[in-house]
Amino acid sequence: MMYDYADQIHRCFKCGYCKFSNNYTDFNCPSYNRFRFESYSTGGRLWLIWAWSKGEIEWSEHLANIVFSCAACRNCVEQCPMRFNEDIVDWIIGARSDMVEKGLIPASVGEFLDNIHKYGNPWGMPRNERDIWAEGINRYTIDDDNEYLFYVGCVGSYEKQGQQMAKSVADFLRTTGVSFGILGSDEDCDGNEVLFTGEKGLFRELADKNIEKFKELNVKKIITLSPHAYNSMKNKYGGLGEIKVYHYTQVFSEIINSNNIELSDLNIKVTYHDPCFLGRYNSIYEPPREIIKGIPGVELIEMERTRENSFCCGGGSGNFVFDLLGRSSNSPSRIRVREAYETGAELLIVSCPSCYCMLEEAIKTEGLEEKLMIKDISELVIESIKNK
Amino acid sequence: MQSIYKSLTKIVDEEFVSNQKEELYIYSQDPGMMEPHEPDFVVMPKTTEEVQEIVKLANKEKIPIVPVGGSLSLSGLVIPHQGGIVVDLRRMDQVLEVNEESRYIVFEAGLTTGKLKAYLEKYHPLLRFSIPDAPPSATVVGNIVIHGQGRLTQQYGFNSDMVTGMEVVLPTGEVCKIGSGSVSPYWFSLAPLPDLAGLFLGWFGTTGIITKMGLKLYPKKKLRDIEVFAVEDPNLVPDVIQRVTHTEMSEDIFTGAQPYPPVFKDIIMIGILLTGDSKEELEFKRKMIWDALQCHIDSKEGGFMMMTPDVKQDLLEMPTSSTTRFADVKKGGGFEYCGPIIPVEKFPEAFTRLLEITKKYGITFGNAGRVIGRSHSMMFSFGYPFNRADPENIERTKNALHDTNVASLDIGGVPWKPEVPAQKMIMEKMDKSTLELMQRIKKVLDPNGIMNPGNWEVE
Repeated sequence: MMYDYADQIHRCFKCGYCKFSNNYTDFNCPSYNRFRFESYSTGGRLWLIWAWSKGEIEWSEHLANIVFSCAACRNCVEQCPMRFNEDIVDWIIGARSDMVEKGLIPASVGEFLDNIHKYGNPWGMPRNERDIWAEGINRYTIDDDNEYLFYVGCVGSYEKQGQQMAKSVADFLRTTGVSFGILGSDEDCDGNEVLFTGEKGLFRELADKNIEKFKELNVKKIITLSPHAYNSMKNKYGGLGEIKVYHYTQVFSEIINSNNIELSDLNIKVTYHDPCFLGRYNSIYEPPREIIKGIPGVELIEMERTRENSFCCGGGSGNFVFDLLGRSSNSPSRIRVREAYETGAELLIVSCPSCYCMLEEAIKTEGLEEKLMIKDISELVIESIKNK
Repeated sequence: MQSIYKSLTKIVDEEFVSNQKEELYIYSQDPGMMEPHEPDFVVMPKTTEEVQEIVKLANKEKIPIVPVGGSLSLSGLVIPHQGGIVVDLRRMDQVLEVNEESRYIVFEAGLTTGKLKAYLEKYHPLLRFSIPDAPPSATVVGNIVIHGQGRLTQQYGFNSDMVTGMEVVLPTGEVCKIGSGSVSPYWFSLAPLPDLAGLFLGWFGTTGIITKMGLKLYPKKKLRDIEVFAVEDPNLVPDVIQRVTHTEMSEDIFTGAQPYPPVFKDIIMIGILLTGDSKEELEFKRKMIWDALQCHIDSKEGGFMMMTPDVKQDLLEMPTSSTTRFADVKKGGGFEYCGPIIPVEKFPEAFTRLLEITKKYGITFGNAGRVIGRSHSMMFSFGYPFNRADPENIERTKNALHDTNVASLDIGGVPWKPEVPAQKMIMEKMDKSTLELMQRIKKVLDPNGIMNPGNWEVE
């Protein structure tokens, strides 16, 4: 067998439900929106994978781009009416795995994986710069009685937007008296994107390394900055034992509710973008909204496509780095910021560092900087606390 | 060929032109069982002008050209049998006008049924169109050019009967308007002009490319419900249909039969959909229908079925995903069907032939029928799921499909959206003068034979 599910993938009828949002208002598949050829829809992709597995078509750079351009946003899983719908993303990962094993992957994906293998991050940045943003923040040690390990992740450690998020999350935790520490330069990639690009061996290596580290440090609870890290640790690692994993919005929501944190009036119209790995992968839709709605003067205007129906920014599955969906007005991130702007909101709120990077860049490309701001929930909360 | 590619990229943005193997492979086939054949190029125009330039290029170079919508006929109608240029119209998907007073809509040819449904629900909630049972990715125009049917077919006829106008790019490159839109800014009707729409409906893109369409919209009632009447004897079905259509109380009437799960074996279900603006209206219609069928209940030959809310919701869903799920009943990813349009009284004979064919080939089936007009005819679908990964199963299903086409014609029906072999069977049986007229029309419109060659062609 060439890869997992090779005996199942022919079951896709290529009916096209997977392209849509649940009420058919628009196409909701990021790669189909970007390219519009049937080959880039989920059905087209599955048929091509099957054709490749049967030897009907040969591998090509174009085929690899089609296979790796799927952002693994799970919209297809949500919309497919067939009983195998839960398996669709795994089939695509299976094909990617096969390509990875044979070394038949796009060069940009190869570089992405290589960097994570060598440097623990997808850009090949020095490990000792991982905590460059974290001045004054404690390391998590076995000797301190920290409640949480704050797992920052690659985007939080190296990207400007991620660092802003990491700072405000840390700020909030300190302000509200929560004890926590970070791993700093000892932190390694969480491996979520590695898994979704099909490098299962490297993923297992990263997962085992992280689990070992957490256990050595006697970690009990982890807060992740990124929904991607949350997903991999919560659902894919296995072996975490009693260690509990939270996305920061869950922790924020709990703290704000139970501690009666006083928040000031911000008087602003906002809209919220559901990240795929928080929403469709983990059904966390309410905590972020509870936080936003809890800030006085903040009016939340939902986009047409929201919650299970949300439109992906196009950054999933490593695309926030190698961006096979970029360079077009049809790029998902650009479509999404136009949709956010059309709500009349002044501020687009995110809760994922990858979405933050993708969407901020898209706002600039669309020339919307003066009309639509973007912030992470933690930044909004900190702003509200500091205004008090 | 490289010069054609370059010419196409001068007409359409390069990112929407492909001659790469992967696109050629995907556009070489549909989900049915017809043999694939690759095009040389796939192009996705955005405007009528771009379509016009592509057609002019194809006509000048004498290259085949195949317009594609959702590619979901299952009968291979957009397989580019002789290669050439596939024109995927789905970037042209804008709604251009909705006239609420005269109840029509004008839209581009690539608009999907899913998006149109969503558009009307959002902006014109009192209006609807006849949604087919195809997946939401089917295009409205694609469904109409094959004489598709939908939820309003029992009331208003084939979906193609609802057309009020068209814009068509002729095979020689001229752009032509059909219907009132050719003399007026309003696309409200084909009549009272000579009916030129017939030159493009049912021709499977062999006479031109429809780029815009006007379509009748209908009142959307607030409430919908369904009753299912079950009988065991297929001979009773025409009478049930007669009685229900006589009441003029139903939205849609369909039939269904399948051997699995066993609870459905030997039962023919007749779905009767009802709409109303109030509970009183709905209950009045329900009573009329119950009264009309009371004789069959009294004779214990039939009765109304109890339905769980889930089943009811499934049957009321538009588009209905259960039709699509039929492809996975054998975990094989495919189904093929022949859905001849037949006189209603031929239902029992069609049903008998269905059972004979499935027995002969050892395959399972799903039957779905839909009443067209007030019992003016019906579509009777012989549906066969097949396993895409099992060549032997495919071969048996192909043979069953062949026998089904033969049976359809034998009983006096006409295969709907026939695949090329079935088209040939129809043409063999067709009145010779009619056939000659078809060929003459085709020759006049498409002198170089570039439009979707292989279809409606006499060898």
